[in-house]
Amino acid sequence: MLADKDRIFTNLYGQHDWTLAGARERGAWVGTKEFIDSGRDWITNEVKASGLRGRGGAGFPTALKWTFMPKVNDGRPHYLLVNADESEPGTCKDREILRHDPHHLVEGCLLAARAMDAHTAFIYVRGEFIRERQHLERAVEEAYEARLIGKDNIHGWDLDIIVHHGAGAYICGEETALMESLEGKKGQPRLKPPFPAGMGVYGNPTTVNNVESIAVVPEILRRSGAWFASIGRANNTGTKLMCVSGHVNKPATFEEAMGESFKDIIEKHCGGIRGGWDNLLAVIPGGASVPCVPGEKIQNAIVDFDGLREAGSSMGTAAIIVMDKQTDIIKAIWRLSAFYKHESCGQCTPCREGTGWMMRVMERMVEGRAQKREIDMLFEVTKQIEGHTICALGDAAAWPIQGLIRNFRHVIEARIDQYTYSSTSDGAVPSIAAE
Amino acid sequence: MASIKVDGKLVEVPDHYTLMQAAEAAGAEIPRFCYHERLSVAGNCRMCLVEVKGGPPKPQASCAMGVKDMRPGPNGEPPEMFTNTPMVKKAREGVMEFLLINHPLDCPICDQGGECDLQDQAMAYGVDKNRFAENKRAVEDKYIGPLVKTSMNRCIHCTRCVRFTTEVAGIAEMGLLGRGEDAEITTYLEKALSSELQGNVIDLCPVGALTSKPYAFNARPWELTKTESIDVMDAVGSNIRVDSRGREVMRILPRINEAINEEWISDKTRFIWDGLKSQRLDRPYVRKGKKLTATTWDDAFATVAKAVKKAGARVGAIAGDLAGVEEMYALKALLAGLGSGSVDARPVGSALSPAAGRASYIFNPTIVGIEKADAILLIGTNPRKEAAVLNARIRKAWRAKGLPIGVIGEAADLTYPTQHLGSGSESLNELAEGKGSFAEAWAKAKTPLVIVGEGAASADVLAAAAKLATGNAEVAEGWNGFAVLHNAAARVGALDIGFVPAKGAADTAAMLAGGVDVLFLLGADEFDLANVGDTLVVYIGTHGDNAAHRADVILPAAAYTEKSATYVNTEGRVQVTTRAVFPPGEAKEDWAIIRALSALAGSALPFNSLAQLRAAIYAQHPHLARIDAIAAGTTADISKLAKGSAKGKKTSFVSPVSEFYLSNPIARASAVMGECAATAAGLRQAAE
Repeated sequence: MLADKDRIFTNLYGQHDWTLAGARERGAWVGTKEFIDSGRDWITNEVKASGLRGRGGAGFPTALKWTFMPKVNDGRPHYLLVNADESEPGTCKDREILRHDPHHLVEGCLLAARAMDAHTAFIYVRGEFIRERQHLERAVEEAYEARLIGKDNIHGWDLDIIVHHGAGAYICGEETALMESLEGKKGQPRLKPPFPAGMGVYGNPTTVNNVESIAVVPEILRRSGAWFASIGRANNTGTKLMCVSGHVNKPATFEEAMGESFKDIIEKHCGGIRGGWDNLLAVIPGGASVPCVPGEKIQNAIVDFDGLREAGSSMGTAAIIVMDKQTDIIKAIWRLSAFYKHESCGQCTPCREGTGWMMRVMERMVEGRAQKREIDMLFEVTKQIEGHTICALGDAAAWPIQGLIRNFRHVIEARIDQYTYSSTSDGAVPSIAAE
Repeated sequence: MASIKVDGKLVEVPDHYTLMQAAEAAGAEIPRFCYHERLSVAGNCRMCLVEVKGGPPKPQASCAMGVKDMRPGPNGEPPEMFTNTPMVKKAREGVMEFLLINHPLDCPICDQGGECDLQDQAMAYGVDKNRFAENKRAVEDKYIGPLVKTSMNRCIHCTRCVRFTTEVAGIAEMGLLGRGEDAEITTYLEKALSSELQGNVIDLCPVGALTSKPYAFNARPWELTKTESIDVMDAVGSNIRVDSRGREVMRILPRINEAINEEWISDKTRFIWDGLKSQRLDRPYVRKGKKLTATTWDDAFATVAKAVKKAGARVGAIAGDLAGVEEMYALKALLAGLGSGSVDARPVGSALSPAAGRASYIFNPTIVGIEKADAILLIGTNPRKEAAVLNARIRKAWRAKGLPIGVIGEAADLTYPTQHLGSGSESLNELAEGKGSFAEAWAKAKTPLVIVGEGAASADVLAAAAKLATGNAEVAEGWNGFAVLHNAAARVGALDIGFVPAKGAADTAAMLAGGVDVLFLLGADEFDLANVGDTLVVYIGTHGDNAAHRADVILPAAAYTEKSATYVNTEGRVQVTTRAVFPPGEAKEDWAIIRALSALAGSALPFNSLAQLRAAIYAQHPHLARIDAIAAGTTADISKLAKGSAKGKKTSFVSPVSEFYLSNPIARASAVMGECAATAAGLRQAAE
């Protein structure tokens, strides 16, 4: 369990002053100049030593991503693009950083920008985040006023931070769609290659990082990469903001070390499962787009990238959605399907046509108004979408249904049987699922 | 060059090739919907997925991935891709299924049937069963103008039309609105498209979502006779295919010719065909008293012969915009036999002349050469209206390198940014003196291109233009940047065979002022006939248009789809049309009319067949025998032209084409073109 002294986000609940003065009291902006002076390679190496993996969901090593940026500047500006378009259902960690610890992010931007030779950082804030944006903008202003960033600042590395407010589309959290949206175009993902590090915003080298990935960088540098690496398991190091929602006694967002067991985390931070551990049906451990894990399988699972992969799911954004046995799991997954159908950008065929199809089949399965062979068909359709699209939204739409069919096929079949059983000679009647 | 293995077969391809191009080089076919050679890569249909060895464990879009993006094998073996593995087959079947689930099963009533990419590829790459039990999506049809019919249920969102209109046509008027399965292609406010090239979206649409409105429900592709021919709506000479059924032209489609029209044609070219059926002159007429009366060929010929004999040498001829070389040659020969040299094919005021050499009146750099230019000056021309397809080529050059383009003449939206330098000869003189920022750019140009329109073809302007094209010290060796952009298909051919007045003979202006007693109008409808006085006007043409109203004798002739005739395009490229259908009623081919008349007029022409006529033409003008080739002009002619006096009276240049859709008698007889003109006028009014 994470010791208090090892916490990075010390104002997660907004009990303290979030402005520059308060942040400074909590240790922000200390030693920043030294880090800048130590140079690009030192920062990258320190982050590499920390083992930090991207906090946006894919878990790609952050320092490795930074090294993809051109080593020698070919005359084009380099950009850091911070993805604050946190829209994954169940995820509410970046907003706490933006609201209550914005200076972690601002300082992180400066350091990360140094590590990739960038003099401009864009922060793309989700459209629905109003107060978050206000705080972030104020924090950026404060940093400018105190000459912590900007031209000729006291750190000796020029950096302009531009806060951009999105219009609220889930797809704009995909890194290339984010860039399109930032450029003022319709938020539709780009084809890769070319990758952002070669050709990103306005055709210039760009690195896109999650808010949390950037916000932990100053503390890693202050306390050393070795300190960060000492928390958690090998290859799954550090602390992580987790957001637990659903049927726990006290839903919460908290910072915890990686590599703890699911049961311990829930017991410690959320007061256990509603109705006890026997009442646990399933958990979606990483935000809406990862497969659900049955209750008995998740209890002793280790919550980190590798631990949850072993449990047949994924760490994602560490947005843990807990469902107890009162949950209609089919309906819950249908709701996610509806979400993905609504958020599909419509650019490429499998996702545009497939998300609607899946949702409609799910809709019938909620009632039980389906054939059992359609379960296999639905699974096949998810396989036809997964991996065939331009971006990962197709995969994200497919996985929850795959998780459902893999783990709760018996529930779907029982629902279909129930519907058939309740039907009369006049035709089928709506059954248990109808409300 | 890069090596790549496609299905185990090693091929060498250029570095910039995509996987799709590499596969084609290796002979592997890859299905596609959104990909098009002449448009940007969208990669959204996902039909072209292939398997890549050593890459991610999922299929890759071959249209978007470059050969250079591929990773070589561990020991430096060439990278490998596969187009025939189970993964690829499954991916294609999956994508095809998704495309079809919301596509209506209305092939029997769809105009695209029989030439539909979706139909063909579903047969080749799809599965023959349906698992989709839900309701299909319904999408409202959109109004996007009088030419393109929409049936948006059928749309597969490939965005070819969006990319064509934005990239090639240069109008940002189409887009994909909404998202997910509710995404729809639309013109935003359902306004008509304002492009002269919009018809091309019909060819680009891989399904039946965008079809031809005038052609709707008229025919099936397999019942049409396809005739390869040449367009005469402008001087570009676009290559076309005329589809006919029986005696009717049903539709006109483009043919690919990289040197001329790539694969685009203008809307006038494409939708003119209904004009070929209405207002046609299908029998001879002679004016009796005040009224034109239908009569026999014998009577009409006798009337003309009598008048010609009486007039002696006071006979003249004006050739119109659509005349072929053969009939002009025959007419010139007829008049020569009668002792008259009064023939002309140029509008009043045009100083273009074969005497100054071929280079002085053709588009010397050629249409492909536009892409080599590094600065363009347009003098007295609006290429968007005079040669819409050529204008797309200028836009292509601008898109490739953003070259400076100056305009002297009417200020107009040409679909690319231009610098308007002024409206007339004064501005031209200022530029020649090196004044202004454009002159600076011009002085640096290595391949400057001066395009002179017919609206500014006076002697002084031609001299000034030739000076601008050659005077610059930087001009690259072997570059001839002097270009005349004609707006009539007949013009270059007429100049080639010397269809201009002999020394001392009447020119167009003189003939129109009553300078001859008998005036032959060979399809010449664009001239003001108010002052011809008592002259007996003989109209040889196809439509009851301007000239026919004034004519005293009407001899009905064949339109360009009804005869084999030679046309020389503005570059000087010789091309021949093919007869697709027969002329209506008693109408005859033009050269035959002239040949028959010559015998009655007392100076029989020495040819009895088209072959003999052509032999005579080729003997006298050997370059006309070289079909599809350009007899290049010489730079010396341009230098000589540049020595002429650039001083003339102050004029403002006006484009000869005032209304794109109504610029010739066939277009004016077309209801579709009339509707287009009205729509365009409405759009212009709305814009003001």
